[in-house]
Amino acid sequence: MPPETEKKSADQQAKNQTEAVLRTEALKVFYGDKLALRDVSIDIPKNQITAFIGPSGCGKSTLLRCFNRLNDLIDDCRIEGKAFYRDKDIYSSSVDPVEVRRRIGMVFQKPNPFPKSIYENIAYGARINRKENLDQLVEKSLQQAALWDEVKDKLKESGLSLSGGQQQRLCIARAVSLEPEVILMDEPTSSLDPISGQKIEDLLEQLKEKFTIVIVTHSMQQAKRIADRTAFFNAEEADHGDRFGYLVEYDKTESVFKQPQEQATKDYIEGNFG
Amino acid sequence: MTSIAPTQNSDQSAAQGMDRSFARPQTLMDLVWTGIAFTLLGIALLPLLLVLGYVIFKGIGRFNLDLFTQQIPAALQPGGGVGSAIAGTLLTVAIATLISVPLSILAAVYLSEFSSKNIADWIRFATNALSGVPSIIVGIFAYGMFVVTIGKFSALAGGVALAILMLPLIVRSTDEALQLVPQDVRWASAVVGASQFQTVLQVILPAALPTILTGITLAIARAAGETAPLIFTTLFSQFWPRGLFEPIPTLAVLIYNFATVPFQNQQEIAWAASLLLVLLVLLSSLFARWITRKSFYSQSQ
Repeated sequence: MPPETEKKSADQQAKNQTEAVLRTEALKVFYGDKLALRDVSIDIPKNQITAFIGPSGCGKSTLLRCFNRLNDLIDDCRIEGKAFYRDKDIYSSSVDPVEVRRRIGMVFQKPNPFPKSIYENIAYGARINRKENLDQLVEKSLQQAALWDEVKDKLKESGLSLSGGQQQRLCIARAVSLEPEVILMDEPTSSLDPISGQKIEDLLEQLKEKFTIVIVTHSMQQAKRIADRTAFFNAEEADHGDRFGYLVEYDKTESVFKQPQEQATKDYIEGNFG
Repeated sequence: MTSIAPTQNSDQSAAQGMDRSFARPQTLMDLVWTGIAFTLLGIALLPLLLVLGYVIFKGIGRFNLDLFTQQIPAALQPGGGVGSAIAGTLLTVAIATLISVPLSILAAVYLSEFSSKNIADWIRFATNALSGVPSIIVGIFAYGMFVVTIGKFSALAGGVALAILMLPLIVRSTDEALQLVPQDVRWASAVVGASQFQTVLQVILPAALPTILTGITLAIARAAGETAPLIFTTLFSQFWPRGLFEPIPTLAVLIYNFATVPFQNQQEIAWAASLLLVLLVLLSSLFARWITRKSFYSQSQ
C-alpha cells in the first residue's frame, strides 16, 4: 500500500471515530409525571462499542430504548429534547418509528426468539423488510452470530428449543440479518451463564467492524473488556423520593476506569456505592 | 484427598430429635388438616361422579347405532333415536360458532393489543356483565329480535342466541391467551420493523392459537348443552332439520321435553340423549386439554 493511501485510510478511520451515528440533545424521559432520565446529551460514534453502565434505575435502558423509539410502545412514556440518527431527528412528527427500527436493531436482556422455527426467526424480519434470497440470508446471519454450525441441521426446530445462550445468539442473528447500522443491546449477557456470555462478548468484537453497538451492562468488567467508550449514569432521589437518572461521565473506556473525572464515577467503579 | 470425619462427641446431639414423631403437635395437626382437606375434596367430586354414573346407568340401554341414525319417535311410537336432534344441535352450534368466533377474536385482539387501558377495562367489564346474563334472558332477547320479527321459530334464531352466550366466553379466553404471550415477543417483532398489525397477525395470534382453540372448544361445549335459549328460538320438531328458517330439534330441548312425558320410550330416549350430551362435553374438554399441551406459553410459565 502506498504511504499516501495508508495515511488517507488512517484519516478515514480517524474521521469514522469521531462521526456520531446517534446523538441526543438534552433528552428527558418521563413515565407519566415521573422524570426517569434528565438532560442527556451524548454522541455515539460509528463502528465502536459504547457501554452504558450505572446502578439500577439510572435510566440506561430507558435511554437505549429512545434510540429505536421502543419507548413508544410503553404507555405513558413521554420524551422531551432531541434524539438524532445521523442528522435526522427521530422524534420528529414526520418520522415513522417502524422505519427507525429497521435501521437500528436491538437485542434484549432476556433472549426472546419468536415462537417459530429457527429459520423463521430470521426469515420473519427479512420478509417484512422485503429481503430476498432468504436461505442465503438465514445462513449468513447465523454464521455472523456464530450459531450456524450448531443449528444448521435443525433449522425447522423451534427457536425456543435452543439453550439460553443459543437463543440469545439467534436474537443477535435476527438483528444482524436486517443489516442495521446500529445494534442496541440491553444487558445481552446478564441472563446467561459465563461461558455463553463470553461467546457473545467475542461475537461483539467481530460485529463492531460492521455495526455500531450500544450495550447496556451491569458488569463493569464487561464494559472494561469490550467497550471503546463508556458512559456512566447515576440515579438521584427527586423531592418525592422518586429516582431519576442522569449522565455523569462519558469518555473512552480507559479514561473512565483509570481517571474518572467525577467522584460519583470513582465511587461506583471502586464499589463504594449504595 | 482428606476425608472429613463426622464430628465426634458433643456436636452429635445437634442431629438428635430429627426423627418424625406423631407426638409433636405440628405433625399431628398437619395430618388432621390433610385428612379434612382430602375428605372435602371427595365430597366436592361426588356430584360429578354421581351424575356421570346415573346418566350412564339410565342411558346406556338405548345407547346404540339407532340412537344416532333414527328420527325422534312420536308419543306412542316405539324405537327411534335422536339422529335429527344431533343434526339440529350441530347445526345450531355451527351457526353460533360462525357468528361468535370471528367477532370475539377480533374483539379480544382489539382489547389486548390495540385499546388503551381505560377503554379495555370498560369493555372487559361489559363482557363480564354479558357472561353473567342468565341464558334464559338471552333466549327471550333472541325471541324478541328474531322469532317475533320473522314470525317463525328458527335454527338461525337459536344460533344467534347461543352466539351471544359464547361471545363473552371466547372474548375472555382469547384475551387471556393473547396476554400470556410475553411483552418481550411483541418488542422483538417491533424491533425487526414489523407494524403492530403484522406483529399481531404473524406472531401473537399464531403463538396464542392453541390456547385460543381451547377457549373456543370449551365455549362450544357449553353452548351445546344450553337449553333455555333454545326453547324460545329453535323450538322443537321430530324431523331432520330442513332449513335455517325452520324450527329444529336439539339434544338439550329434547331432554327437556321428554324428561317430563309419561311415555317410557321417550323417557329412555331422553336418558340416552343425556348420556350423549355429557359425553360430548367431556370429550371436548379432553380435546381442549390436548390442544393446550401444544401451546408455547402457558399459565405455568
